[in-house]
Amino acid sequence: MILLLLDLFVQFAILNVIAFGGITALLPELHRLVVEQRMWMDSTTFAHLFAIAQSAPGPNLLVVSLIGWKVAGIPGAIVATLAISLPMSVFIYVFYRHWERFRTAPWRAAIQVGVAPLAVGLVCASGWLIAASAGLDYRGVALVVVCTVLMFYRRWHPLWYIAAGAAAGAAGLV
Amino acid sequence: MPNPDGKSGVTPAAEAGATPGLLELFLACSRIGLSGFGGVLPLLRHMLVEQRRLLDGPEFNALLGLCQFLPGSNVINLAVCVGARLHGVRGAIVVTAGLLIAPFALMMGLAALYGLWGHLAIVQDMLRGIAAAGAGLLFATGLKMAQAMHERWLYLPFAVLILVAMVVLKLPLPPLMLALLAVTAGLAWWRARRALAEAGKVPRP
Repeated sequence: MILLLLDLFVQFAILNVIAFGGITALLPELHRLVVEQRMWMDSTTFAHLFAIAQSAPGPNLLVVSLIGWKVAGIPGAIVATLAISLPMSVFIYVFYRHWERFRTAPWRAAIQVGVAPLAVGLVCASGWLIAASAGLDYRGVALVVVCTVLMFYRRWHPLWYIAAGAAAGAAGLV
Repeated sequence: MPNPDGKSGVTPAAEAGATPGLLELFLACSRIGLSGFGGVLPLLRHMLVEQRRLLDGPEFNALLGLCQFLPGSNVINLAVCVGARLHGVRGAIVVTAGLLIAPFALMMGLAALYGLWGHLAIVQDMLRGIAAAGAGLLFATGLKMAQAMHERWLYLPFAVLILVAMVVLKLPLPPLMLALLAVTAGLAWWRARRALAEAGKVPRP
């Protein structure tokens, strides 16, 4: 158990440090790590945990807490949450007072421009992997497309889409 | 929770008149954590900038810029900055814990329910529907981010590249991220320098 928690901590702490683009951009790597490499859960469970996290309030890193819970219960959830937030928190605590000096540095602008396309690719990869993991048939794929288009053109609250998805699922439509 | 003290003498930052105490801050953040569906940031901004006036708009934007720039969860990064400004180490811990603990507990409750009833067909059907909707939200977010991108047609191939590397080739992200970021940031750096040089060339002769 201790070794499992240690492995969880180390792997997620590494992800915290490279999570340019935020937690959403990390979903493909989390999937690769916990489903394909460590085999801590199957792909459908991963999609379920994502769905649960989407339907509940709170910062979006809580999907990582759920993954930790599936791996090692409440201790796993706590370890995963700490690992995915602690390293950068400590860094930022030390660094934020010096930020003004770097804000206008050319390398900072270059990194910001460089991160953007990678974040775009990773967020789309997240959508792809969740859709592929959820076990959707053609009706499920149609729901993905409809939600994508509506969300892109309309500023409705995300909770409406989640509620509609749950209702469609319960009604046996997807 | 970790011990909040130790050496809090390091940075008790702004101890302005209206700075709320640690407990008040914790409760305010817990409320935000529990009401933030699909995004905590707007609520956090409202509480800090408009409601309690702990930061002004430009200050908030500067901190948010840092937190979006650095890796990790934007919300947690911001919580650390804001908390540290208000109350040093203790503030950083209290704001972060405030945002996390209550929704974390709620999430563990949902996890327990999933453990009990997750095998039921109706639960699986609902979660499948939510996952489909959630995948749509992710795609829409990605498309909106692509739309807002600087020099889109030059950088978009890198988005496709990392997508294929993750989804098809299933390469590990840490080395992939660092390698591709070196290329894209290097490209941006080079183009910025060239633009500067060209801008310098025009008025000279």
